[in-house]
Amino acid sequence: MSTTPLLQLRGVSKHFGAVQVLQQVDFHVSAGEVMALVGDNGAGKSTLIKCIAGIHQIDGGEIVFDGKPVTMSGPKDSADLGIEVVYQDLALADNLDVVQNMFLGREELGSRRQLNEPLMEARAKKTLSDLSVTTIKSVRQTVAGLSGGQRQSVAVAKAVMWNSRLVILDEPTAALGVAQTRQVLDLVKRLGEQGLAVVLISHNLHDIFEVADSVTVLRLGQNVAEYRVADTTSQEVVQAITAGSMTSVPGLKKELS
Amino acid sequence: MKLTKNPAPEPAPVAPSGGHVPESQRKIGDYARDYVDGIKGGELGSLPIFIGMLIICIVFQSQNDQFLTSGNFVNLILQSAAFMTIGMGVVWVLLLGEIDLSIGYVSGVAGVITAILLTPDGNTSPTAVAIVIAILSGTAIGTFHGILFTKIGIPSFVVTLAGLLAWNGVVLLLIGSRGTVTLQDDFTIGLANDFLSPELAWLGVVAAAGIYAGAQLNEVRVRRAAGLGHEPMLLVGLRIGALTLALAAVVAIANDDRGIPWVFVLVGALLLFWTYILKRTKFGRYVFAVGGNVEAARRAGINVDRIRISVFAIASTMAAIGGIILASRLRSVDTNAGGGSILLYSIAAPVIGGTSLFGGRGTIKSAILGAIVIASIDNGLGLLGLGSGEKFVITGGVLLLAVTVDSLSRRKQTASGRA
Repeated sequence: MSTTPLLQLRGVSKHFGAVQVLQQVDFHVSAGEVMALVGDNGAGKSTLIKCIAGIHQIDGGEIVFDGKPVTMSGPKDSADLGIEVVYQDLALADNLDVVQNMFLGREELGSRRQLNEPLMEARAKKTLSDLSVTTIKSVRQTVAGLSGGQRQSVAVAKAVMWNSRLVILDEPTAALGVAQTRQVLDLVKRLGEQGLAVVLISHNLHDIFEVADSVTVLRLGQNVAEYRVADTTSQEVVQAITAGSMTSVPGLKKELS
Repeated sequence: MKLTKNPAPEPAPVAPSGGHVPESQRKIGDYARDYVDGIKGGELGSLPIFIGMLIICIVFQSQNDQFLTSGNFVNLILQSAAFMTIGMGVVWVLLLGEIDLSIGYVSGVAGVITAILLTPDGNTSPTAVAIVIAILSGTAIGTFHGILFTKIGIPSFVVTLAGLLAWNGVVLLLIGSRGTVTLQDDFTIGLANDFLSPELAWLGVVAAAGIYAGAQLNEVRVRRAAGLGHEPMLLVGLRIGALTLALAAVVAIANDDRGIPWVFVLVGALLLFWTYILKRTKFGRYVFAVGGNVEAARRAGINVDRIRISVFAIASTMAAIGGIILASRLRSVDTNAGGGSILLYSIAAPVIGGTSLFGGRGTIKSAILGAIVIASIDNGLGLLGLGSGEKFVITGGVLLLAVTVDSLSRRKQTASGRA
């Protein structure tokens, strides 16, 4: 991409005890771009997004956001920068309604420190309609009554409501049926069209080829390839996931050097 | 099949005209249909209570024509006030999906402290000081339980079971060899033994109805100003009318006998206060969130420990207030203070009233409704001349029935996607 990336990771490393989970990983995503992050189980995808979200602190390398190097010492730091993560388990409270979930922890207060329900309801409705989410009948129904796709939409809407600039989606379609997957993929596309930077983690190459602009492949904690989706094939990506060439093989380091 | 109510996979992104009535154009009939759908889907609300009370009234009145008299009605208010108060605190604990077994003896400790501080023995405290100290000791006890539960990680069942035993011991230690401490303070005794003048009671009805109508109409006004749909005025009017009528009926019946006891006003004020906190403040919202999904609450930046400790503090504070009401009604405290059926009745009240034992669902008013049912059974069986044995067996059965209704409605809600 010609534009400067919104988020850039340079040579990021992370280990837990003796286990090197990320090794010299480079990663970037620009505003308006949907960047897919793929890799087999244990490739380090989750660790990478947790580093971006500030849940883990990196051991080496640097994170550059909006051209400035940043340090993430907690989830609040990344939220302040406008980075929102939608985790696989969504973290919605079933007994609360859509508005209450979207504003959980960030409620708007009115007079006498009272919850300002009309304001929150109006903003929730606006956010959902901006994202063209039309399947939710009432924003006052509890989340328990929603389908998987609807819940995903609520979780995404919750993430983008706060002027966020980068949204990370962890396997948003993993547990969904065909129609609902369709619904969520459309939503992901719209996020990109609205100028947000989107990181999409998925095992489903079909989904990725449909919505992503680029794809970064991780293998055993290193990035082995990056493709423009328009210029590659799923065969090439699969090959990179399973047998991508690494600069060094973990555990074999000594023998090689 | 119940599942057909929730048209399974959405028919792909459809145009906004998805067949449902837009919120702003909903008529009263739509609300009625929603209510019926809700009941079919397992959202029973207060319905079981009203059916239960109807059965209780018919059964007891047919056995003893003293049951539905104004005198007995006032007795019922006095007998249930303490359970209502303690139960309102229990609601908070149940909302977290936890339990507090110590509230019975915590109420006993507060009652005994009040009575001892007010004993005219040369160093009597002023009434207000004695009451505040008693209530704050409840708050302190609850905070202590909450800290043990959250910071050390002892299950609430165990912490408060230990509390049940320990605070029972404290009651015995405080009373010592005296056996019984008589309450000798006009204000404190008056709480459950003095009555509003008929005029004052009617004034109260007018004020309460006015405040309720004002709040309801303001809600409609604010929502309309924000461009959101609001309930039809007919429905709002019906609700205001129903509340006014109910209050007027209570006052008319009570005035036929001794009148409205002051403790009724106190319970009403506590009901309004806690309902406001639960429904309209961040704190209340966070309690629901922690009870519904702790992980979601934590990720939303909610201080889960603080919420939990506060909830246990509320439960014990309300238990302390209930203990003072009990002491006031009996005009004394003895070594049995806080014992007997207080604990179980106070926990059973909100559950019978519809607050879920599984956390996340409940209302403050459930404690009031459930306490009325329990007190009616207790009172009615007493009129029939039956002893504690029968009372406990029947109340136990009612509690079991209420929990069964809760469990079944929960299952049904899950099946119809409303859980």
